[in-house]
Amino acid sequence: MSLLTLANVTIRYGRLMAVRNVALSMAEGEILFITGPNGAGKSSLLRAIAGVTPPSGGRIDFADHDITGRAPEDIARLGLSMVPEGREVFGSLTIEENLMVGTGMHSRESGWKARAAEALEEIYVTFPILKDRRHSQAGLLSGGQQQMLVIGRALMTNPRLIAIDEPSLGLAPNITDQVYERLIALQASRKLTLLIVEQSSTRAMMVGGRMILMRGGEVVLDGDARKIGQSDAMQAAYFGYGDH
Amino acid sequence: MGSVMQVVFDAASLGSLYALAALGIALIFGVMRLVNFAHGDVIAACVFVLLWPSVDAVAIVFAGNLPWFLLIPFVLAMGALLSVLSEIVVFRRFRNANPATMMIASFALGFVIRYFLLMLYSSRPKSISLLPELSQPVEILGARIPLLQVITIIVTIAVLFGLVAFLRRTRFGLEMRAAAENFTMARVLGVRANRVIMGAFALSGALAAAIALILGSQTGTANIVMGANVMLMAFIATVIGGMGSLAGAVIAGFALGAIAVVMQVILPPDARAFRDAFVYGAVILVLIFRPQGLLAARGTKERV
Repeated sequence: MSLLTLANVTIRYGRLMAVRNVALSMAEGEILFITGPNGAGKSSLLRAIAGVTPPSGGRIDFADHDITGRAPEDIARLGLSMVPEGREVFGSLTIEENLMVGTGMHSRESGWKARAAEALEEIYVTFPILKDRRHSQAGLLSGGQQQMLVIGRALMTNPRLIAIDEPSLGLAPNITDQVYERLIALQASRKLTLLIVEQSSTRAMMVGGRMILMRGGEVVLDGDARKIGQSDAMQAAYFGYGDH
Repeated sequence: MGSVMQVVFDAASLGSLYALAALGIALIFGVMRLVNFAHGDVIAACVFVLLWPSVDAVAIVFAGNLPWFLLIPFVLAMGALLSVLSEIVVFRRFRNANPATMMIASFALGFVIRYFLLMLYSSRPKSISLLPELSQPVEILGARIPLLQVITIIVTIAVLFGLVAFLRRTRFGLEMRAAAENFTMARVLGVRANRVIMGAFALSGALAAAIALILGSQTGTANIVMGANVMLMAFIATVIGGMGSLAGAVIAGFALGAIAVVMQVILPPDARAFRDAFVYGAVILVLIFRPQGLLAARGTKERV
């Protein structure tokens, strides 16, 4: 039973074809890396899944709902939380306010305030630095802290799937290590499904799990991250020799 | 002493008017990057809802005869309703259009409202007596200040504190602040776009109605173009305050009111006719030295 299914998804910006006929399916609890060079269509695909820029063709299903072209807030309410590239914290809001924005979607349910407070405590246990600075403006945090904040903010919505765009962007390698360590721990403890976009496949090979490789808007490889990492096909996808 | 106090109160009450109007514009700009030029016509419409439609010179006061504790909520509600309707009927269709297109749509809506009023009430200014008990003067530190001026200032300060509390303490306020800074990200976190935008329009419309009440009682006339001047000044206030910054809009609104009143006093009598030219000159100076406005809003600032 798959949680997320993409069928023939195509994304066009004017005459430019960013994503071409991508089919993809993710099971609940799975970790999937989407890797590939710049301009491969990875971010476009993520934005289409989250409803930020709807696909021009094809169909996307999440948790037994057709979410093709649905509004981002509706998709978020089904339990799919996207963390966009560049982190996008609300810089003028405090850290705690940032974390609380996404809890409003449950405000119709009874006892949501208590649950939100509980979720907040959990986030603070995972990321103690956020607790220490919870009343300061989010714009003042360092890049690594902002990355932890946006992951925490996504978790506060209590999602089934988190889709993260380039969590390592602009971070020092040891900070990236920390971010991934917590992400993987959270995935295991909450049975989260993780969809991670990274330009480099190194991280996917370190973490393991499934990896797909995109190039020119198409999926060129799909399989076990560690196996793909050692194959010649990956070299071809990045450096462009082979049958392209 | 008395004349100085007089100037201070004049400046503060005119500034209050501009600040309230600028807030109404900045609220909507913050959540959808729309400069709503129909705001001035909404102000005028809020005065006319108190009158029975007729083209006679003498106004037939209708809802305006209500006691104040019913009159004020009624006008505020009408302002909010008109503003929300303009969102549903017009601006929703332009949600993803570029800011210039939305601005032109707002001009068009403004004309529709104005000519609708013209059709029902004619273009002749009508004299009305709205809350006449407020025109009596009170004596404060040797100056005789109309009670209405004092009330205008108090109302503005109360509105500002209320708005700050609303934005800081309520769930809806939090969602509005998040949406004003990064609308897409707020939606990705499940914030309902329509709800936030309609909330901003409702608040903005209620602010327009508050201005209508003040202007109507101050001038004692209902005129279909009565909102135009306030709208222009308020727009300038939002620009020099930093588009989308609520605090900037309020500060700049008060500053513009103060400059206008002080110019009126210090300019030589021959130059007073050109007061507005001096006010706009000051605006140009601000924009030369701080093109991003006094307080640049975070949402529009370049992200690094």
